[in-house]
Amino acid sequence: MPTWLTDAEFEVLTAACDKSVPATEHGPGAVAAGVPDYIDGLLGAFTVDPPRIWARGPTSGRHGGEAAFSQFHPLSPLDELAWRTRIEGSQGRPEREFNGPVVGLQERYRTGLAALGPDFPELEADMQDARLAAVDGFAELLFHHCCEGLYGAPEYGGNRAGMAWAAIDFAGDVQPRGWTDAEVADP
Amino acid sequence: MTVDAVIVGSGPGGSTAADVLTAAGWSVVIVEKGRNHLLDPDDLTRPAADYSNDEIKFHSRFFLGPDPLVEPRTFRTSEEDGDRLHIGEFNSVPTTVGGGGTHADGKVPRFMPGDFRLLSDLGPQPDADVADWPLTYDELEPFYADVERSIGVAGIDGVNPFAGPRSGPFPMPPGAPMFGAVHSVAAAERLGYHPYPAATAANSIPYDGRPACNNCGFCAFFGCPIHAKGDPVAMLMRAMATGNAELLAETFVSRIRFEGRRATGVDLVESDGTSRFLPARHVIVAAGAIETPRLLLMSDVEHPALGRYLMVHFQTIVAGSMPFRTYAERGRSVTHVHDDMIVGDGLSQQAAHDAGLPWIRGGLVEHSGAAMPIMEAKHYPPGPRHNRLMADSPIRKRLWAFTMQGEDLPYAGNRVDLDPSVRDARGFPVARVTYRPRHHELVAHEHYGPRLAAILKEMGAEWTAVTSSPGRGNSGFTPDSVPESRHNMGTVRMGSDPANSVTDPFGRLHTYDNVVVADSSVFVTSSGYGPTLTLAALSARAAHHML
Repeated sequence: MPTWLTDAEFEVLTAACDKSVPATEHGPGAVAAGVPDYIDGLLGAFTVDPPRIWARGPTSGRHGGEAAFSQFHPLSPLDELAWRTRIEGSQGRPEREFNGPVVGLQERYRTGLAALGPDFPELEADMQDARLAAVDGFAELLFHHCCEGLYGAPEYGGNRAGMAWAAIDFAGDVQPRGWTDAEVADP
Repeated sequence: MTVDAVIVGSGPGGSTAADVLTAAGWSVVIVEKGRNHLLDPDDLTRPAADYSNDEIKFHSRFFLGPDPLVEPRTFRTSEEDGDRLHIGEFNSVPTTVGGGGTHADGKVPRFMPGDFRLLSDLGPQPDADVADWPLTYDELEPFYADVERSIGVAGIDGVNPFAGPRSGPFPMPPGAPMFGAVHSVAAAERLGYHPYPAATAANSIPYDGRPACNNCGFCAFFGCPIHAKGDPVAMLMRAMATGNAELLAETFVSRIRFEGRRATGVDLVESDGTSRFLPARHVIVAAGAIETPRLLLMSDVEHPALGRYLMVHFQTIVAGSMPFRTYAERGRSVTHVHDDMIVGDGLSQQAAHDAGLPWIRGGLVEHSGAAMPIMEAKHYPPGPRHNRLMADSPIRKRLWAFTMQGEDLPYAGNRVDLDPSVRDARGFPVARVTYRPRHHELVAHEHYGPRLAAILKEMGAEWTAVTSSPGRGNSGFTPDSVPESRHNMGTVRMGSDPANSVTDPFGRLHTYDNVVVADSSVFVTSSGYGPTLTLAALSARAAHHML
């Protein structure tokens, strides 16, 4: 269930993610990996406290150590200003518009998904391509977030159980185990 | 209370000065505009546990800062571009406690003796203001050795035929060689070059209470989760342990105040936006070669050379696709380098002559690969081929690459000034950079790119590609993108003559008796080496001179 997008928007987002990085026999696609949750989690980062921006360190627990990534860092006042502006947009507030208005990610997704239309999941593939191409910059934004949601740490909502790392033979966050000198020099 | 010194910036320059001055009993306040994730907030003599193997946090979300939305810079290639081409990042170095030391992968080369006397050794260049430094390698050598011991540098003496003399051995032996480097070193040697294990501030053995590097691979652009890197953690923990230092993070210095020939202190803006004056007997500015001239200009310091001669290293990046997996994600980000393309040979002299130049210089060549999957994923096109490309991984699994830190010559027109209208979130004018590589840099790039590609072919590359940072435009020979070398130098040039230099040979402003610049701003030329060790050694020398 989405935390920030509506259920209807989330359905369109899911279909759009499936176009951006579909599943194949070579690995999971964006949808199976949970990328729609990653994006919804970013758009709704400030619905939790501390906001879901930076996972804590030093270890995830996947290779030993404590599972610290499941907690998030508190933001400084300056960083809260930056991330609220980036996500929510400047909304006419003077403290966010010192260099002019900023369109936030929430608005870019909301307008982008609206332009794709509620019928987007049912469209033929070439119609989906045409709608995606018609929204300026939206396919690029979505693809960048697909890459992050697929191949970032699972604690941000995507890459469920590290499935995308497994598909590409990437060990992920290997602290505190690391690699032995022999595994580095002569793998 | 008036402290003995306020230090603006907590990177390798400011931390080194803090270490020297607090050991001598001076009271110092270290002011850092970024957050503290280096030292334990409950006990600043111990390291924090905030760094992690997290590509989203460090690459996608500005954890080490600066966030370009609230602390932007502006950029243009020349005045003909108008006020600016771009608002956002310019060659960002972290804005955090520890500064640029935290994200570097720890290569800390010394300069060669000849780097300090380029004009005397090689002569002038058209359009550039090549000059000798007002000090020699021999004068700086004891401070190089001090800093190497202080941060812990792994390396081996006698393997680089171009190195200057050392007063003692490296504090520890080199760490494990990257698998790809084993192959690229052999190929380079077969073609007559002289690669060697890079001097690296990453512990190969437990050192000074910090563990040996465990080769996690999240090195360049990441903070070290186990504090095995020789970032400023060692200097800062020592400085805090003296009881003579105070650290003010999330605090911005907006102005240095003066009376006559002396600074009286600095104006601070705290994280909640309140302002106050901090009186100090000395002011040390170590905010890096972009923010240091910005602060001096915001403080109405005047000198015709202030902000000029910005150098960034024009990087030549040559990649080759190998018929075997290169395992670049394991170990340090770079373990081997060679200096041959700084020194040059008959072929490079001919290339210079053919281009109408008296000489050309390349830079240190770093042997490395590509490691991180999000970065890789963004390089492939979206759609049904994406996850097959990620599994086959022509970038992460197969590439091996050379990055040449090409020496930028000092040009007066490459400069930092205050943007006429763009502001940071605190309301202060941001640094505007005017920069482009010139004839020398492009000729060196054109010459050395194919020679580096030849090494990769000798290593077995199925194809090679040559690019640069800043990149080249489609409309001909003009580089038109923002540099990403993360090396910034020059802008507050040191020298003996107050007419053409801003500081004296010890980094003190010619115009004010108690203001010292302790970072790479004072560099006279850029050499082809990363600036960290040299700027820290200069800072140590400047701080000892203040005592």
